[in-house]
Amino acid sequence: MLPRARPTRVVRMPDTSRLDGMTSTVTTPSSESVPRSHPADRTGAQVAADAAAVIGSADLSEAGLRRFLHGLPGVDRVGADGRAAHLGTRSIKTTAKAWALDLTISMVDLTTLEGADTPGKVRSLVAKARTPEPGDPTCPRPAAVCVYGDMVAEARDAVGNSGIRVAAVATAFPSGRAGRQVRLADTRDAVAAGADEIDMVIDRGAFLSGGFRKVYDDIVAVREVCHDAEHPAHLKVILETGELATYDNVRRASWLAMLAGADFIKTSTGKVSPAATLPVTVIMLEAVRDFLATTGVQVGVKPAGGIRTAKDAIKYLVSVNEVAGEPWLDPDYFRFGASSLLNDVLLQRQKLATGAYSGPDYVTID
Amino acid sequence: MPRFEYAPAPESRAVVDIASSYGLFIDGEFVESASGGSLKTINPATEESLADVAVADEADVDRAVRAARRAQEKVWGPMPGAERAKYLFRIARLLAERSREFAVLEVLDNGKPIREARDVDVPTAAAHFFYYAGWADKLDHAGFGPSPRPHGVAGQVIPWNFPLLMLAWKIAPALATGNTVVLKPAETTPLTALLFADLLRQAELPPGVVNIVTGAGATGAAVVAHPGVDKVAFTGSTAVGKRIAKEIAGTRKHATLELGGKAANIVFDDAPIDQAVEGIVNGIFFNQGQVCCAGSRLLVQESVAAEVVERLKVRLGTLRVGDPMDKNTDVGAINSAAQLARITDLTKAGEEEGAVRWTADCALPEQGFWFAPTVFTDVSAAHRIAREEIFGPVLSVLTFRTPAEAVAKANNTPYGLSAGIWTEKGSRILSMADKLRAGVVWANTFNRFDPTSPFGGYKESGYGREGGRHGLASYLIEGSTR
Repeated sequence: MLPRARPTRVVRMPDTSRLDGMTSTVTTPSSESVPRSHPADRTGAQVAADAAAVIGSADLSEAGLRRFLHGLPGVDRVGADGRAAHLGTRSIKTTAKAWALDLTISMVDLTTLEGADTPGKVRSLVAKARTPEPGDPTCPRPAAVCVYGDMVAEARDAVGNSGIRVAAVATAFPSGRAGRQVRLADTRDAVAAGADEIDMVIDRGAFLSGGFRKVYDDIVAVREVCHDAEHPAHLKVILETGELATYDNVRRASWLAMLAGADFIKTSTGKVSPAATLPVTVIMLEAVRDFLATTGVQVGVKPAGGIRTAKDAIKYLVSVNEVAGEPWLDPDYFRFGASSLLNDVLLQRQKLATGAYSGPDYVTID
Repeated sequence: MPRFEYAPAPESRAVVDIASSYGLFIDGEFVESASGGSLKTINPATEESLADVAVADEADVDRAVRAARRAQEKVWGPMPGAERAKYLFRIARLLAERSREFAVLEVLDNGKPIREARDVDVPTAAAHFFYYAGWADKLDHAGFGPSPRPHGVAGQVIPWNFPLLMLAWKIAPALATGNTVVLKPAETTPLTALLFADLLRQAELPPGVVNIVTGAGATGAAVVAHPGVDKVAFTGSTAVGKRIAKEIAGTRKHATLELGGKAANIVFDDAPIDQAVEGIVNGIFFNQGQVCCAGSRLLVQESVAAEVVERLKVRLGTLRVGDPMDKNTDVGAINSAAQLARITDLTKAGEEEGAVRWTADCALPEQGFWFAPTVFTDVSAAHRIAREEIFGPVLSVLTFRTPAEAVAKANNTPYGLSAGIWTEKGSRILSMADKLRAGVVWANTFNRFDPTSPFGGYKESGYGREGGRHGLASYLIEGSTR
């Protein structure tokens, strides 16, 4: 069962930030007035204390973690798939669609993670992020660009004071198959080069063989590196759900990452198939909802990989809205890891504005 | 105002033409009723009048039964099964092709949300015809002896909660087995049956094989009582089912009765909680709870009762109640003023008897018949809301401590149509399913319907099975009894 220290509840955010008439600009809702803390604000000691409170004992040993994670309610695959399919049938039209498209853009982590990446490619990506729709200043910008660690300096320089954040994958991305010191050094380099956000991978091998403490310690160590820097970085923890295989594992890994202090839990590297799926994301949204109810800490969710169309993105936003709730309809708490999604959203945006579909030559490639 | 306000997404009603008045469908034609009597059918979401529908009296029913008899003896009975199958496949295909038309009309006449009519009612109805089409030429090998025979003329009376789907459940197996049909749709929801009559003409089904006589209770009684009817199939209330059983006692008529229910949905503490909450919602709020097998009694293990109820309430807060034609509506209108009155009356009794009422916070339209999703906690087995079928979006929550207590409470009802079990433990599912006296037991799901699966009741929920190979039995005389 879920921890019973506090009754289960869903925190509803006061309506301070509704967009007037659903115009096409998305503003980031303020969250100061709400008694919930951003996970990144916690010290390492607080994270450990929260984890102990959730587990119900200070025993964060392998066995203690196992008892807790295996005591979480199971996930029925058929039911979870059915719920996701149901959420996917919502019909989002006209004003709601316009609002959702702009929110989607503001939640994109525009990504390039290729061996062939060059400074030129990264500059081009950033230019796209800075001006997603030339000639339309009302078009919001993506939340961040996401690159490999050695491209952070280039990206940092290119984003300038645009407000776009630089996210870097680290910790021997995508497999994570390296010793801890190497993984930490990778992280340290990226943070030192100016990354605002670190997307780390968990050790799936350790997780699958029951080494929960190893996974926990890895995350705690990476978090420390992110926090101790001169310019602290937020931490996204990639579960690589395609390798975890079962929905029960997705739920357990989500809780394990949150207990260890993740600011975001992220589905996938994009290098493993399947990458993000709607049911997996729904299960992660349930996890962050329950974690908030239990601890008062609101963790974000980032599905990544395989979300290529505006239609799919809207299904995710509907799920965010109906599963986790309104407080997550915010780039601080929900992101899309994607490369080609942005242009499809822009095409849909043009269609709404002009009433006609344009075509791939009417959006810029990065 | 919510931040993510879903803009209205109404389905177009232009896809269906509703005539101002409808006759009876007898012998392949629409004809006037002998008496000229008619009734109005209305849209329960708006109370707007949709059409005048003829009321069949005994003379009309007699005409319909004679047409059915003629068609059975001359055309449909002698026809090879493989030929009958072709007609059934054609009907199934046409239903699928015209699904939008049927879905919209069902919504207008019944009040259910378009999402359900579109995703459940119409596709499942088409699936029933596809499924039974496949049986038509294989009856010799279906386990009913050599050359099993049809009864002859089937008189069928169906309810208003799934007008088209119940029609399909009745007509598909009857036709596959070589019977002909006189069908009486519900008084408040005749329109999709009449559109189906139009589809039968399009399919060029021989005249008289299916006859549709509209009207109220008296018309149904005339169908059941007609001496030319060999087989009665009824879905509806237990009270009417009992009357039918008495009426046909001592006659040669066979009957299947699918009656009321008060299903237990049993949630153990090791259940997949999030999916169980979905299953509870689907169990009692699907079709506004107007489902004979609805999971109207939630039996939840005491150790998780508070958590489950809390999660349920949060989930109910996201249900969208309102315009059934909007594609985002989850809960539509109650079918009639009479049904709304019954729900209101029973919920009042629930409060008076001491159960704690919780109702979802949602604005209801002013016109039409509406009831907000409601949950009663602190319900005891003695309360009326725990014993009587409410047939509305009202859930009664009871608790239990042990599996044995769950079985005892679940079975402690005169009904026995369906039950649900939620647990991650496979052995417990099997042992519970063995002990529950219910025709359908769902494990970690609820309200799933498939044409291959038999459906029917124990005790006062009726007898006979519909669906699957079992569904053929009700329409056949076994070959060995010649």
